[in-house]
Amino acid sequence: MSILVIAEHDNASLKAATLNTLAAAKAIGGDVHVLVAGSGCGAAAEAAAQADGVAKVLVADNAAYEYQLAENVAALVADLGKDYTHVLASATSNGKNIMPRAAALLDVQAISDIISVESSDTFKRPIYAGNVIATVQSSDAIKVITVRGTAFDAVAAEGGSAAVESIDNAQDAGVSSFVGEELAKSDRPELTAAKIVISGGRGMQNGENFEMLYKVADKLGAAVGASRAAVDAGFVPNDMQVGQTGKIVAPELYIAVGISGAIQHLAGMKDSKVIVAINKDEEAPIFSVADYGLVADLFEAVPELESSI
Amino acid sequence: MKILVAVKRVVDYNVKVRPKSDGTDVDIANAKMSINPFCEIAVEEAVRLKEKGVATEVVAVSLGTKQSQEQIRTAMALGADRGILVETDAELQPLAVAKCLNAIIAKESPDLVIMGKQSIDGDNNQTGQMLGALSNMPQGTFASEVAVEDGTVNVTREIDGGLQTVKLNLPAIVTTDLRLNEPRYASLPNIMKAKKKPLDTTTPDELGVDVAPRVQTLKVEPPAERSAGIKVADVAELVEKLKNEAKVI
Ligand SMILES: Cc1cc2nc3c(=O)[nH]c(=O)nc-3n(C[C@H](O)[C@H](O)[C@H](O)COP(=O)(O)OP(=O)(O)OC[C@H]3O[C@@H](n4cnc5c(N)ncnc54)[C@H](O)[C@@H]3O)c2cc1C
Ligand SMILES: Nc1ncnc2c1ncn2[C@@H]1O[C@H](COP(=O)(O)O)[C@@H](O)[C@H]1O
Repeated sequence: MSILVIAEHDNASLKAATLNTLAAAKAIGGDVHVLVAGSGCGAAAEAAAQADGVAKVLVADNAAYEYQLAENVAALVADLGKDYTHVLASATSNGKNIMPRAAALLDVQAISDIISVESSDTFKRPIYAGNVIATVQSSDAIKVITVRGTAFDAVAAEGGSAAVESIDNAQDAGVSSFVGEELAKSDRPELTAAKIVISGGRGMQNGENFEMLYKVADKLGAAVGASRAAVDAGFVPNDMQVGQTGKIVAPELYIAVGISGAIQHLAGMKDSKVIVAINKDEEAPIFSVADYGLVADLFEAVPELESSI
Repeated sequence: MKILVAVKRVVDYNVKVRPKSDGTDVDIANAKMSINPFCEIAVEEAVRLKEKGVATEVVAVSLGTKQSQEQIRTAMALGADRGILVETDAELQPLAVAKCLNAIIAKESPDLVIMGKQSIDGDNNQTGQMLGALSNMPQGTFASEVAVEDGTVNVTREIDGGLQTVKLNLPAIVTTDLRLNEPRYASLPNIMKAKKKPLDTTTPDELGVDVAPRVQTLKVEPPAERSAGIKVADVAELVEKLKNEAKVI
């Protein structure tokens, strides 16, 4: 078995999700190489070389890869991927963007969002918003897979000493270009990596009221998430959405505030270790997954929570 | 400009799907079926581009059983001009769907293809990207804004860190995210009109595509159940439990 893991990074640093994907690679077993495709991405490559279980880091440092344009990166991944039995990436927005494109170039059926490795060709993955877990077996020669980070415990970020090899392989399709980005700036932990997440829903009524959640979050060192309704209503930006079609989180503690608990929301958080729900409607479905339910008006409960922790 | 939209027939998003007790398949025999919500957003976007005079024709394509005609009719009631059904009873996986769509692209030569980012049954999030590879078109996935300019399209994408805008040469593939638009409701007169719009049928065979699955589902099972929780009386009790019982704060 030889596995190529596509690093998730921002050129300067390796994203934590890569360490979870490396854990999935370890579960498959075999020689693990990491591809760092980027521009000026030496620091990310150095970090990848230190991760546990990595045999070799391939660095494709080229302007064509600076913004992870799918047309270019997928061509590179497909070109390198033909020499491996498995190609893995994190099921992040970037992994989801690139991997199916690479899979089609290799003429294989990709497998999205795996939550367990049963054997080198058999995996489990959630379907129907996580209401069903399917065990699937691939008959393709190369398995192209995205990995749900919350389902695999990260490998150690340090201790490894893999060789770093630069590869000269510039794939520039020339059909797409980067125009700009608006990235959320926050000092709080990343939603998918945080130990505690507090999320607000439509019950928050507006964006200003999220301030109450930020205060609690800052006391607990938590990340702040939201339901789709809160994002659609413009209370908070899209990158805060938790759920089937947003981010998947599984922290030690998830606190849902003014969220009803639609299946699409539950799909993104029901693997959290401890779930707290604060909702004024005692019939709200969120209580069916909550370890601790508090039937209360959030505008009273949340400030009280903040002052008592 | 011609726009192709891909619409999939799926179990309605309000239905909580469960596996059959023998674990062979999901139990959806009598479930309500609908157009995949992301595909509905794709149709709406295409129709708006037509209403703005940017597009001249909107063609809705679906692959699946004969019943998928219903979703094509829905798309036409929302404003698509005509439909194509790629009829098959076979299980379709994203690579096979993308190959069929690519064969249709070869015949129709659309300038823009708009599809959903994800089907809410299989939760694959693959087909658009695969079609991009097969057709050699650039892709703008998870779109929350689409602006067509001369020969290019600017797509603002919902990514993990926020928003990213890319410029793509046409023809291009766009996959929709939830914030792209709010689909309209089909009016009764438009539903009636849709019945008269042309709907062609073809098959994977006629398109020359082998749709045999590459991935086999060995079994399906319910996710781990959570044990029943408790209601706490007030914030003080909640904090006490979190500190001393759950030990998470
Ligand atoms: C294709 C598709 C994908 C989707 N993907 C996602 C997804 O990824 N994530 C997601 O979250 N949703 C998703 N949804 C939407 C989902 O179906 C629900 O509409 C959404 O989760 C509802 O958000 P909410 O719970 O905040 O709002 P609501 O359902 O309106 O619930 C608001 C809750 O707040 C409570 N409340 C109101 N005021 C107070 C108060 N003062 N104090 C205490 N409680 C109060 C109410 O009792 C209610 O339970 C998706 C839907 C579709 C169709
Ligand atoms: N059987 C199908 N018929 C038409 N379109 C489809 C079909 N399967 C997938 N698609 C399109 O591809 C998108 C993404 O689907 P998926 O890759 O399965 O998550 C959907 O939103 C549709 O636009």
